[in-house]
Amino acid sequence: MSTSSPNNPPSKSRVPALAAAAAGLVGLAIVFAFFVAPEDADQGISQRIFYFHVPIALTAYACFGWGAWKALQHLRGKGERYDLESYVAVHMGTIFGSLTLLTGSIWAKASWGHWWLWEEDQLVLFLVLFLFYSAYFMLRFSIDEGPRRANISAVYALFGVVLVPVSFLAIRLAENVIHPTVFTREGPQMTGSMFLTFCIAWLAITTLAYALYRVELLGKRLDANLRELREALTA
Amino acid sequence: MSSGEKYVAAAYGVVFVTVLVYVAIIAAKLARLERETAELAELARRRNDG
Repeated sequence: MSTSSPNNPPSKSRVPALAAAAAGLVGLAIVFAFFVAPEDADQGISQRIFYFHVPIALTAYACFGWGAWKALQHLRGKGERYDLESYVAVHMGTIFGSLTLLTGSIWAKASWGHWWLWEEDQLVLFLVLFLFYSAYFMLRFSIDEGPRRANISAVYALFGVVLVPVSFLAIRLAENVIHPTVFTREGPQMTGSMFLTFCIAWLAITTLAYALYRVELLGKRLDANLRELREALTA
Repeated sequence: MSSGEKYVAAAYGVVFVTVLVYVAIIAAKLARLERETAELAELARRRNDG
């Protein structure tokens, strides 16, 4: 097996350190969310869902953006490995996207009394983004493995990223919304300790997503290397 | 437990369970890769012997 194979994992893995950092930061974020941040006067305890729901949503956007960036690098002919990296990033984005929908739905029920509101542009646009990227997998696995599949998947991942700013800005562009806007032009509409908790939670979720991304990538590369080795040994 | 507390527990629980399921899937995948590596090592050994 050639050492320059696109499927070779990096010689020194940072995965254990990343996983430990993610676990530590998630624990710290939970402590801050429940014991440091004050209770919201308006929403009460259910506002504490915000500290995980919003970072998870932002991480989903980041994963889709990362997937599109890797797709662009693949299309620019930078190498085969970018197709796998784009696929894993979209996979992570879909996992975090489903968590955004689930935690958001629970928070909506606690705050508004409804699991879902179809008239809310922010919710519907996020659902459209999530379904668009869910269809990515149907497209990818309906095509035989090879350069054609990699190119079509990359183009699809690039198209989808257009929905990210639309989904993100929907809450600011819509006129009649009950979905809260916490970050305005005047800055974050919360106390200092709430904002600090939010920042820690955001860092924790981003680190967790990156650790999972590296683990998934490592597994996929090992899998591909083993397949290559099996073919060489049975030839 | 108030209804607000139940919803907060449910939201955090969903995140925890998802990560747990993901770790279980990765563990299963690792076990499969370990099995396949052992098979390939056996195959390579037989080829060397034969």
